[in-house]
Amino acid sequence: MARSGSLNRRSVLKTGAAAAALSALPASLYATASEKPIRVGLVGCGGRGTGAAHNVLHAAPNVTVVAVGDAFEGQAKGCQSRLNDIAKNDAKVKELGNKVNLPDGSVFWGLDAYKKVINHPDVDYVILATPPGFRPLHITEAVNAGKNVFTEKPVGVDGPGIRAVLKAFEVANEKKLGTAAGTQRRHQKAYIETIKQIHDGAIGELVTGRVYWNQGILWSRPRKEGMTDLQYQMWNWYNYSWICGDHIVEQHVHNLDVLNWCFREHPKAVVAMGGRSRNKPEYGHIFDFFSAQIEYSGDRHCISMARQISNCWNSVTEYVSGTKGNSHVGGFSINGKPALDRAAVRNATDPYVQEHTDLIESIRKGQPINELKNVAESTLTAIMVRESAYTGQRITWEQALASNKVYLDVANLSDNMVLPEWKVAVPGTTQLS
Amino acid sequence: MRRICLILPLAVASLVAWVLHPETISAQAPQGASYKETLPGSKVSFDMQAIPGGTFLMGTPEGEAGRAADEGPQHEVELKPFWMGKCEVTWDEFDVYWKSEDQPNARKDEPAASKADAITRPTPAYADETFGHGRDGNPVICITHHTAMEYCRWLSRKTGKWYRLPTEAEWEYACRAGTKTAYSFGNDPATVGDYGWFADNSEELAKKVGQKKPNPWGLHDMHGNVMEWCVDHYEKDAYARFAMNKLSVRPVVMPSEKRFSHVARGGSWADKPVSLRSGARRGSDKSWIRLDPQRPQSIWWLTSAEFVGFRVVRPLEEQTELVGLRSKVTKQSP
Repeated sequence: MARSGSLNRRSVLKTGAAAAALSALPASLYATASEKPIRVGLVGCGGRGTGAAHNVLHAAPNVTVVAVGDAFEGQAKGCQSRLNDIAKNDAKVKELGNKVNLPDGSVFWGLDAYKKVINHPDVDYVILATPPGFRPLHITEAVNAGKNVFTEKPVGVDGPGIRAVLKAFEVANEKKLGTAAGTQRRHQKAYIETIKQIHDGAIGELVTGRVYWNQGILWSRPRKEGMTDLQYQMWNWYNYSWICGDHIVEQHVHNLDVLNWCFREHPKAVVAMGGRSRNKPEYGHIFDFFSAQIEYSGDRHCISMARQISNCWNSVTEYVSGTKGNSHVGGFSINGKPALDRAAVRNATDPYVQEHTDLIESIRKGQPINELKNVAESTLTAIMVRESAYTGQRITWEQALASNKVYLDVANLSDNMVLPEWKVAVPGTTQLS
Repeated sequence: MRRICLILPLAVASLVAWVLHPETISAQAPQGASYKETLPGSKVSFDMQAIPGGTFLMGTPEGEAGRAADEGPQHEVELKPFWMGKCEVTWDEFDVYWKSEDQPNARKDEPAASKADAITRPTPAYADETFGHGRDGNPVICITHHTAMEYCRWLSRKTGKWYRLPTEAEWEYACRAGTKTAYSFGNDPATVGDYGWFADNSEELAKKVGQKKPNPWGLHDMHGNVMEWCVDHYEKDAYARFAMNKLSVRPVVMPSEKRFSHVARGGSWADKPVSLRSGARRGSDKSWIRLDPQRPQSIWWLTSAEFVGFRVVRPLEEQTELVGLRSKVTKQSP
């Protein structure tokens, strides 16, 4: 069936007029027959997970969301209802012929909901969008089950988690599974073009760089009636390192990923400082500022800053400098000039959609992309900054990767478990074990 | 004596205006003086310019270079006196609202405005909300129509005066300021740079407000810098409906619970001069929020709209349908 569809298409294309007529048809009319169906299972039904499910429904034809799951019942059911609305009302989703097929038996909640979604027999493409602490567990489960993976960033919060993801990278290669990561700058035309020019020597050999994610305080959520400690921390997840990784890992990973991308390697070592000016208990124990020196090969050092304190100087972007000039990478300019036409920047596809398009196309071509290694390395880069700031020590790549420091064994949680009493890290005292 | 001094130049000005532009004869004298408003509890202030009531021909004449179909047909509109912000609302002003502690931040997990009367503030932004365009003295950007409306409601409550967004008719009337040309300074796009920030002089950044020459009614940056929200839903054929009346009195397309589309006028730092024309119209669309990866998407921030801001107006007497106006948008809104 699929074969004959593509043959028909090819024979039609022999005449120019017919080809012109064909190109005027909506993609769904000629693309669906020959395309392998993509059946999506979503793990993590918050705003980003629901957004990613919406994005995949815009990414390519013949895509169906067939299962969703979340630790919280309300989140799972809310997502089910929102995705049903999207299927009913979104013109682009309908134009592509994409569907949401979520009867009540395909909506899961609880601490093991991820297993039910990942191992659902209809699912061949999982979206992992829970808070970061669960990611190594979920990625491992998915590749072991032979599923293609779209994983949100970051992909872990500690050394053992990153080792698990690097192992999953190998498994995905062996099984020819496709993986893509939510470091969406890697799928954003303007970044791709700018960094290509840097790699082609537009500013010579790279010497240094500066990256920032400085913004105001983000959020905390009040405890709801009847929540256990675990449920509350999973609800207010941003503020606990075991599940968030701290904001340097959760957000600044984007900018650190750009740095690794530009330098085409991961750092050798990091020296960082950080601390916390907030004191309210609903903000958990994470730091609110980090500043780091990141060392690449050849004695090249870069600056990184990540802050979440309101009423301060803010910036979220990246710069690199070379022997022949400078680039504002996040401004898509090289030596003060636009690296590409501004209309092209504005008209490029939404990168949050493009990351799914790229993954699905690679799967359908039989040449699946596998981004787990890049995102694991960028995540570990951020973990190095956090651990250097927490401990007050210089942390090497090898130390961070070999570390056995685990905040919490997320494979074995129970609703009523007693959680450790989290303390704010104290440089010079806190250890990277 | 003082009154005569005031009236005499006005009368002369009216006479001159009538000779040059007969349509402005119907403009009434301003009913109130321009004034400075200081935000209570802060040192931040902004200026309000008195705008006379009057009638004008709304829309773009056929034949004007760059005219789009939605700019016509031209139709006669009557407006009552109002005050309008001399400049676009700055981050300095907006921060007093956004960062004040006397009302709650909207929460991600609860419907906005859950209490009927509560004014809520925008959720914390997941980034640098100025997107590198600058903060002190710079116009607020990337905010939704809902956010601009809530700001006005907050401002009204704080000051005890009724502030809101301008209607599209008020905006165009104030922008034209009695002129009939493509821009309030004439027809030549080559002089746009004296009056506004646009693609060729902005270096891709919004600029501090009030640096360029004002229009004839003393308003700065009506052409360029940032587009400015109007109250109205955008309808491309709205003028055809209004033109069925011989005279439209204070026309407005009422906003609803729908997030899109709303009118944003004046063009921006990112636009060519043609989009800065007095009659040029623009409606918001979903591409303005496409880089918000969450669902539901924020009702507060338009992450991809680094070119949109707003200014406020205060009607001398409010028109009936806008009395008590407030945004109906919630997280559940389509």
